Amino acid sequence: MKVTDKGTRPIRTEQDIVLARQACRKLAQDCGLRLVAQTKLVTAVSELARNTLVYGGGGDLDWEMLEDGVRRGIRIVFSDEGPGIPDLQLAMTEGWTSGGGLGLGLTGAKRLVNEFDLETAPGKGTRISITQWT
Amino acid sequence: MSQMDQSIIDALSGQQSSIQAAWLANLEESGAARGVRGDELKKQTGDFLKLFSEGVAESGMDNLGAAGWAEAREFLEALSHSRALQGLDAQQTASFIFSLKRPLFDLFQRETSVDPATLTNHIAAVSELLDAMGLHTVRTFQKAREAVIKRQQEELLELSTPVVKLWDGVLALPMIGTLDSQRTQVVMESLLQRIVDTGSEIAIIDITGVPTVDTLVAQHLLKTVTAIRLMGADCIISGVRPQIAQTIVHLGLDLEGIVTKANLADAFALALRRSGLSVTKAS
Repeated sequence: MKVTDKGTRPIRTEQDIVLARQACRKLAQDCGLRLVAQTKLVTAVSELARNTLVYGGGGDLDWEMLEDGVRRGIRIVFSDEGPGIPDLQLAMTEGWTSGGGLGLGLTGAKRLVNEFDLETAPGKGTRISITQWT
Repeated sequence: MSQMDQSIIDALSGQQSSIQAAWLANLEESGAARGVRGDELKKQTGDFLKLFSEGVAESGMDNLGAAGWAEAREFLEALSHSRALQGLDAQQTASFIFSLKRPLFDLFQRETSVDPATLTNHIAAVSELLDAMGLHTVRTFQKAREAVIKRQQEELLELSTPVVKLWDGVLALPMIGTLDSQRTQVVMESLLQRIVDTGSEIAIIDITGVPTVDTLVAQHLLKTVTAIRLMGADCIISGVRPQIAQTIVHLGLDLEGIVTKANLADAFALALRRSGLSVTKAS
């Protein structure tokens, strides 16, 4: 598997979420993802970017274009230095929210993409990596 | 800091025209003069130099916040403001001040009879002063820009929430673009108000123009639908494209109990049917 291109974007304001979505949609199109996969990825990005901003207090989005044999993909990593998630199992429970949302963002994002990886520790921030393949 | 050398103060007020000429040449060279009319720039530089020498004579070069600099500060604020409105960039605006450095340094070297150490002190002081002024212009410039952006956002908010009447008792709200909290709030309020005003029974919210439906958007929609129902009207959501439908399923969103349609035409047909109307071909 090799990385053909990569970049990073800040997520500090509400506006950055919109820009991140647009940027990821463009990347997904360039990568050759089909419309449904594109939409799923962009929706997952929207959820996770908002989590990064709202719960993580802002952070960064790093993206990589991947090539693995014939298939291509995008990996997007959200990282923040916020309070972290104290109870991961609870956070991954459908319908549970520590804020005022529907409590479906994290679990939903996981189902929307091919690969989902979450690292967190209280006080150490959160790092979520998602990958979508063609 | 040390008292400004009187010879410098005299030179500043006495040689304004030669400083101005050197400054204008510098502005031209750095490209900061682009987009500003020649005579306007000449007037601005002349006015500013006058304020500058007055400021130095009155309050020295230590502190831009001093009372003697108030007029110069106001002048810079007005200048940045007008440049922001003209659509010039921040660099050009700041260069207006920074281009004055070289002519002033030259003047100090030429005109003063002080020893090198004092000269260096003076040059450092004027350099710091100009830096502070440059930052001041940039800050004001940014504020002016932000004000422009804010105004545009507000205008957009007004523009992007049209509630249209499709038929007696049938309202439609075509949503376009990003549904953030503030916009959705405005949209919801105007829709609910129109329902009351027109006594409509059915409201159609069309999301064809919404590129991404995530949980926040869904939450906003659910709240709007609930509010509409509480007012005794019905709501149909249209414009659910195939990719959006699949995404909603994967997200685990529960839109059960909400009538949804793939496009606005279907939603309208349903609304007519519910109102007991039918469309037939006239023949």
